[in-house]
Amino acid sequence: MIVGSWLPARVARVIPATPTARVLELDVPGWPGNLPGQHLDLRLTAEDGYQAERSYSVASSGPGTSVELAVDRVPDGEVSPYLTEVIEVGDSVEVKGPLGAYFVWREDDPSPVQLIAGGSGIVPLLAMARARVRADVTTPFRLLYSVRSRADALYSAELDRLAEGGIDVTWAYTRQAPDGWAGTVGRVSPASIADAVWRPTDGSMTFVCGPTSFVEAVADTLVSAGHDPLRVRTERFGGA
Amino acid sequence: MAEISRGFGRRRRETDPNLPPGQYLTEDFPVLSAGPTPRIDTADWVFRIRTEKDLLTSWTWAQLMDLPIEDVNTDIHCVTRWSKFGTSWRGVSLDTLFAGIDTDYAYAMAHSYGGYTTNVPMADLLGGKAWVAFEFDGKPLAPEHGGPARLLVPHLYFWKSAKWVNGISMQRHDEPGFWEQNGYNLHGDPWTEERYW
Repeated sequence: MIVGSWLPARVARVIPATPTARVLELDVPGWPGNLPGQHLDLRLTAEDGYQAERSYSVASSGPGTSVELAVDRVPDGEVSPYLTEVIEVGDSVEVKGPLGAYFVWREDDPSPVQLIAGGSGIVPLLAMARARVRADVTTPFRLLYSVRSRADALYSAELDRLAEGGIDVTWAYTRQAPDGWAGTVGRVSPASIADAVWRPTDGSMTFVCGPTSFVEAVADTLVSAGHDPLRVRTERFGGA
Repeated sequence: MAEISRGFGRRRRETDPNLPPGQYLTEDFPVLSAGPTPRIDTADWVFRIRTEKDLLTSWTWAQLMDLPIEDVNTDIHCVTRWSKFGTSWRGVSLDTLFAGIDTDYAYAMAHSYGGYTTNVPMADLLGGKAWVAFEFDGKPLAPEHGGPARLLVPHLYFWKSAKWVNGISMQRHDEPGFWEQNGYNLHGDPWTEERYW
């Protein structure tokens, strides 16, 4: 996996996802395909040559030259406001990747998988869940997804379908739950995490992605509960 | 020739000659780690240097604190494209730690609590270029940032500044460490964008 040069990418679809996030489908001729969980670098160039580059997780995986991103607007950001408010179908960006070989799910690993996402941290984990549904394997998958409210969730309708497709999905709402929600509202706790995840003795591989404070809290909880730290893989975003 | 992104550039950041190519400036201090944050008590902390003759030299936390401590003000650059200017650290220079070490090898592997490793040539560790740092911004280094102590090699991308560092072993060849086996460059110079394989 040698990372090549910057590849021209054309925006093929723009799908509003939440009040602040969009799903972008890019057509990237020459994209070598990617594993579920990998990320890419994206570069924007202004007419006068000014450039800005950022890293984004990829929501799609496998062969093919269609690459899906989901981008949430960062307040005071430089690149994400462009991607979430300005860019249109037919516009150009450049990408480099795929990047990273650690925060990935490989379909020949039979270990039960635990996905734990906070907010837009769902993106690389969705790639893994999609890959599991597509693959000819029966690896048990669980997903715990913590969001402020249903309206803030990325891919909520698709996650409901994944749940029907055999992936065990547990929602956690930190601010507001949907009508009829039987659970509590608030941040995930050691008890709610223990209820949602595999037991330490199940030999699961756990992937946690979200804001730093969320990932720190969840990973600490898992280790305290007896999970092997080497089988808890993390990706964090945002400042501490 | 780069592709132009229509309508991009209205919210641009100022460019700065101290910013390596492809980086952006942040005021935050983002956290990137491959796994959970290990919690290491300084009472249990030990730092070891292992040479090719299998000789071990070790320091307890108290012994580290007895060594000359240096103030380090530096910019830092993460391969995930953020840079942070003017960070202030305190730590012990690798020159001090290697003063009594007898080695002919030109390469080192840094080791951490939790199993992380990263390879660094000795040329990038000696000569006032690297420290074992235990204070950030006037306070003990927080665990999520690598406390109680991390390697600080600020002229390379920040994954080389191994968090929770607990030792260095000498190696004859520049064998790859953890991220270097997982897609990232063997060396990691931000000014020449040595980011990936």
